[in-house]
Amino acid sequence: MNDFLHIPSDLQNTYSGLIVLHLREALIPVLAGLVVSLPLAQLCVRFRWLYPPVLWSTTVLYAIPSLAFFVVLIDYTGMSETTVMIPLSVYSLVVLVPAIVDAVRSVPQETLDAATAMGFGPVRRYLQVQLPIAVPTIIAGLRVATASSISLVSVGMLIGNQGALGNLLHDANIYNRPVYAVNSVVTTAVLAILVDAALVLTRVLLTPWMPRGTGRAGRKTSGDRADAAVPALEESAR
Amino acid sequence: MNVLTFIHAFFSDGSHWHGYDGIPTRLTEHLHYSLQALAIAAVIGLPIGLITGHYGRGGNAIALVATGSRALPTFGLLVLMVMWLGFGLGPVMIPLVVLAVPPILVTTYEAVRSVDPSPVDAARGMGMPESRILLQVELPGALPLILGGLRSAAIQIVSTATIAAYVGLGGIGRYIIDGLYQRNYEKVVGGATLVAVLALVTLGVFWAVARVAVSPGVRRSG
Repeated sequence: MNDFLHIPSDLQNTYSGLIVLHLREALIPVLAGLVVSLPLAQLCVRFRWLYPPVLWSTTVLYAIPSLAFFVVLIDYTGMSETTVMIPLSVYSLVVLVPAIVDAVRSVPQETLDAATAMGFGPVRRYLQVQLPIAVPTIIAGLRVATASSISLVSVGMLIGNQGALGNLLHDANIYNRPVYAVNSVVTTAVLAILVDAALVLTRVLLTPWMPRGTGRAGRKTSGDRADAAVPALEESAR
Repeated sequence: MNVLTFIHAFFSDGSHWHGYDGIPTRLTEHLHYSLQALAIAAVIGLPIGLITGHYGRGGNAIALVATGSRALPTFGLLVLMVMWLGFGLGPVMIPLVVLAVPPILVTTYEAVRSVDPSPVDAARGMGMPESRILLQVELPGALPLILGGLRSAAIQIVSTATIAAYVGLGGIGRYIIDGLYQRNYEKVVGGATLVAVLALVTLGVFWAVARVAVSPGVRRSG
């Protein structure tokens, strides 16, 4: 176990340091992606003609391999964390924008009418009605985006050891110690699962009106539906 | 604008168009890896998704498998597999398949479950056996969504198959990895452009397949 957690000194970091770094490099981009996609999605809902070109451009950007994206950015931002984080934020758009657009569009017209009748202005209606109803779908999108972001940070290893836990892969190669690679893969996977669980918990806390805990018995719990919505959303984006 | 200059320089260089490191060779290799990975992932994901979707059970298990395989880092898995299994195509296929199975599996399951229940009930009422209900009623109805899942898996594979070059194999990734180590940005940008174009072509192919394969009635209602 000690051997497993041993971090070679050339990385100049501790195990927990690498974990924190990895989470930072993975989560800040998703957050940035969310901040960009909320207004972008709102524009797409408002101006329908805007949605197809936005989808196409996010798809094309998504198709650029992460490594190539990193290398092109080195010219502008150097071999730094920023170089890793910019592509990851761009990739998150391909999941988040359609997730938010579909979620906001799926709010029933009667609900919107009710809000209007209660005297809600457009801003308040968006913040207090549309957005909360969209939460499950948005979080489902966030789950896919964070999982891929956490996995992709490792590729940053190739541009001057900017891959946090991925840097262990390089050391596994040069020192021929597979245990470093096992450590990198297992830790990254556990991080992804923990963050995923945290997002599910957030959804449960943010949507107290939804039925919960029926799990196996109820075949179509709303939680299942929200998770299941993601592939369809991914699909619509590509 | 220097990215555009690089793209132009890469594609107008005649030496990039033939030989073992030429674009046709690398493109063929890339297609070979991608199609093989997609085929393996489809063979795993489609039947499981169809059957679980038909019986409407195992949704939680599928969500669990999907979360688990999404959590596995593709690049780390590649390095690990090469260390354990040695160099070759096998260790490259494993991470690509792990990457592609969740979208195929989850979308297929959801697609079959979301098929309009009335034709399914009608088929059952007419005495169709379950296998024919699945293949002749549910499958055609679910086809647009299933193709969407396959498409999303294909795009991810095409973009990620570039990592094969990191472990000494070919494919378009060769340009990106070699360009990185040779500090030759022209090569990197050229390779990235090729992958992006290939992804767009993949989108186009799936669009065409959907036009041909999806029954007009389903398309209209969808």
